[in-house]
Amino acid sequence: MILMQPIPLPSTFVHRHLLGIEGLSPEEIAILLELAESYVALNREAQKKRDVLRGRTLILLFFETSTRTRTSFELAGKRLGADVINISVATSAIKKGETLIDTAMTLNAMRPDVLVVRHPDAGAVTLLSNHVNCAVINAGDGSHEHPTQAFVDALTIRRRRGDLRGLSVAICGDVMHSRVARSNIHLLNAMGARVRLVAPPTLLPTAIERMGVEIFHDMRAGLEDCDIIMMLRLQSERMQGTYVPSTREYFHFFGLDKEKLSVAKPDALIMHPGPMNRGVEIDSAVADDITRSVILDQVELGLAVRQACLDILGRNAPALPSAY
Amino acid sequence: MANHNPPPTAYVNAHLLDPDSGLDQAGALLTDGERIADLGPNLFGDGVPDGVAVVDCEGHYLCPGLVDMHVHLREPGHEHKETIATGCAAAAAGGVTSMACMPNTMPVIDDVALIEFIQRRAREAASVKVYPFAAVTRGLEGKQITEMGMLAEAGAVGFTDDGLPIADSLVMRRALSYASTFGLLISQHAEDLSLSGCGCMAEGEVATRLGLPGIPEVSEVVVVERDLRLVELTGGRYHVAHISTSEGIEAVRKAKARGLAVSCEAAPHHFTLTDDAVGDYRTYAKMAPPLRSEANRQAVVAGLKDGTIDAIATDHAPHDQESKRVTMAHAANGVVGLETMLALALELYHQGEIPLLDVLQRMTVGPADLLALPAGRLKRGAPADLLLFDAALPWQIDNDRFHSKSRNSPFDGREVRGRALRTVVDGRTVYTYDA
Repeated sequence: MILMQPIPLPSTFVHRHLLGIEGLSPEEIAILLELAESYVALNREAQKKRDVLRGRTLILLFFETSTRTRTSFELAGKRLGADVINISVATSAIKKGETLIDTAMTLNAMRPDVLVVRHPDAGAVTLLSNHVNCAVINAGDGSHEHPTQAFVDALTIRRRRGDLRGLSVAICGDVMHSRVARSNIHLLNAMGARVRLVAPPTLLPTAIERMGVEIFHDMRAGLEDCDIIMMLRLQSERMQGTYVPSTREYFHFFGLDKEKLSVAKPDALIMHPGPMNRGVEIDSAVADDITRSVILDQVELGLAVRQACLDILGRNAPALPSAY
Repeated sequence: MANHNPPPTAYVNAHLLDPDSGLDQAGALLTDGERIADLGPNLFGDGVPDGVAVVDCEGHYLCPGLVDMHVHLREPGHEHKETIATGCAAAAAGGVTSMACMPNTMPVIDDVALIEFIQRRAREAASVKVYPFAAVTRGLEGKQITEMGMLAEAGAVGFTDDGLPIADSLVMRRALSYASTFGLLISQHAEDLSLSGCGCMAEGEVATRLGLPGIPEVSEVVVVERDLRLVELTGGRYHVAHISTSEGIEAVRKAKARGLAVSCEAAPHHFTLTDDAVGDYRTYAKMAPPLRSEANRQAVVAGLKDGTIDAIATDHAPHDQESKRVTMAHAANGVVGLETMLALALELYHQGEIPLLDVLQRMTVGPADLLALPAGRLKRGAPADLLLFDAALPWQIDNDRFHSKSRNSPFDGREVRGRALRTVVDGRTVYTYDA
């Protein structure tokens, strides 16, 4: 059986694109999370397929490598009945960006309905969205935003804690280069959580405190009594040099292990957007602790969130018939 | 310039403004061909003599033609962005009658023959006066100094590696020291590139929100402060191009107070815009140095007001669309400025920040004297380089109407007041405003 009826939805999510969490209202975030929730349930049934995007074309355009994000978008599109095209653009560092608009206009001429884009440059997805007629979803642009990951994290927390309001969330590690951190800061603040950042100053961007966060340079101080711990991936090219002197030193002071975890609330959840560097930002014993780590939840919910995003933007896409 | 001599011309019914002498009153001006023959409030009390052409200024301001000491004309080498001819057309439309062009062309202006090339192309354009800067180091490589004396004899009005800083302290010391032999000016693009890293806008809240790597203020300040030490050591003449930070300006202010031969210029975008203008990754707002915080913007205004900043210079930097239709990280630095300088500078006057004569001083005699140009003054015997402008005329900046070959202005759509009505170079009208 293929389900024909779309999930009912208040019509207050009016954005054409999903370029970032910044600018979304708490109501819009809640609507998207509710819709994702219903896809979680659907994904656990035997018949997972719907046809809300039947006849629609989804193009995944990735200028950076990705496993989980791309796979979950692809699977999400297929479960919603869309035709899904995967494009990986291998580019030299110099060519990145230069071919972006040409690529966008070429793909646009094929009349896709939704374009999912990841790019190493902040602002690249915004730029591209100005040159196409379809809906655009940002799957990560440089150090700017990764909105679907923030929805994943919010849904993960909600399912475990019921509500985001009032929770203390510590985001730890390479905030400077993290699009996940920025999207999470916007979302958590919008939903009434309290955000702390824990990192050495070399990994914190200037004036980040003006985004409504509390800054810590010490893990024990930063994790004290917190409800949620979000560990960020430390990119390998930044592990040695002037951001941090070595993997060993970083893990010693900023890696999450049982000892540092002990100052958080006893039921504090451990999250990581993946892929993890075990022994760099997180100790294996902590990452694999099924009573605390929700890292695999995040992966499962990633699919539901991307279904919800595709569904909701598909409903707003101008090409869709008005009867829908 | 063309060979034929322009006829004697009377500019009547004008409001004369001369920042150098402080002249600020109704009057008239008479040219004798290419030079100013006479001017004053009572000129032509008995009527304009026969055989003299008459321009009725209709009560508008008549001042010395503007001098822009920092433009990129892109020729030779990047003629798809601008040529000397199109740059001159843009200058004329902006009321600029003399401009100094930067040597970071292809090839770099580091040889006498290239100075002569610029001069010849400017003569062929037969419009605005173009004075070349020459490079401080050959090929802008920051290693070997150029033949500064011979380049100056050929017509280089100053020396700079603009676009790139002179990073090596010993090279900078020797450049200042050698240039002092001839009293030549060295203009520095003050930026520590290692501190700037891969930054593509000012470090701060906006960059952090946008996820863009930032350029810190200290990147400018450390170079200015180092250079001022070297100026003290060498006795050289030193100029900071497009100064943009509060602390950099303060360092220059103190150096001037100590009597050092130091000067600096600021660009209109640095006293009218902040990093907020980058908005949603607008590459037209990407330039070096970057747009900075409101406190820095105010410091530039204050520096212009008290004279610490000697000149308003556009850093006119034309770029083709392809250089800007990319992500911030890959976009070229620079904005065009010749056609918007007057109106943007007049904002300082309209807002009550700086008196009109002082605003004009920074765009006329101020830069003219730094480069020893025969320009910037209304006085008998001076070249008849004139600007007739309406300070109040409202208009909207429209990038598509620029005379420049390029369109990269962050001011597109801005409502401004004041524009050039007529631009005169050596007695010849090179631009008239057609409303």
